[in-house]
Amino acid sequence: MGKSDIKITVDASGLSCPLPIVRTAQAVKTASSGDLIEVIATDPGSVKDFQAWAKATGNELVEQTVADGKYRFVLRLK
Amino acid sequence: MDETISLVLFSGTDDKLQAAAVLAAGGAAMGKPVHIFLQYWALDAFRKDRIGADHGLAPEAGEKGRAAVEAAAKAGQASWADTMRAVKELGGVDIQACSLSMDVLKIEESDLDPLVDGVQGVAAFYINAGSGQIVFI
Repeated sequence: MGKSDIKITVDASGLSCPLPIVRTAQAVKTASSGDLIEVIATDPGSVKDFQAWAKATGNELVEQTVADGKYRFVLRLK
Repeated sequence: MDETISLVLFSGTDDKLQAAAVLAAGGAAMGKPVHIFLQYWALDAFRKDRIGADHGLAPEAGEKGRAAVEAAAKAGQASWADTMRAVKELGGVDIQACSLSMDVLKIEESDLDPLVDGVQGVAAFYINAGSGQIVFI
């Protein structure tokens, strides 16, 4: 998935639980159906949190990677 | 995932309020309506003139616990009040003061931080909670 497809990037680096999902939920409000949202987080708990958040909200977690202590999630809005 | 979660906040120490703020934030971010009912010392902590004050920690924290909490704050962890504010912006969170606690502690509605939406009694609390889960902190 190329960078250019991303509509919004949420940088939640340095934020602890639950702020990464709170910031993402805030960003979702300004996006439309089908949009791709990228989230960068450093909280290790965010891995399970984004899986749960996607499941609960019906948005799709299309990508999940980790590199250099940073977690990257790409979500497609329902 | 729209079942209501009701958090009854009784304790007014910063660690318990932080834990409550996390539960509220998580619920709201997942689209659940969150009702918060403030009683006694939690209500006292929501007074606008001391919401940012040091409210101490639960007795079990001890010195090590205090050091850990202070280190987290120094590392930039948001305070419970800031987390609550972020959650309110998200919407779906209603914070109500317990009217009995208001009477006991001689608190007026104008004494409370704007995070608090209003004052209600226990019957209204139960009606709003519906059949959703109730958590007492």
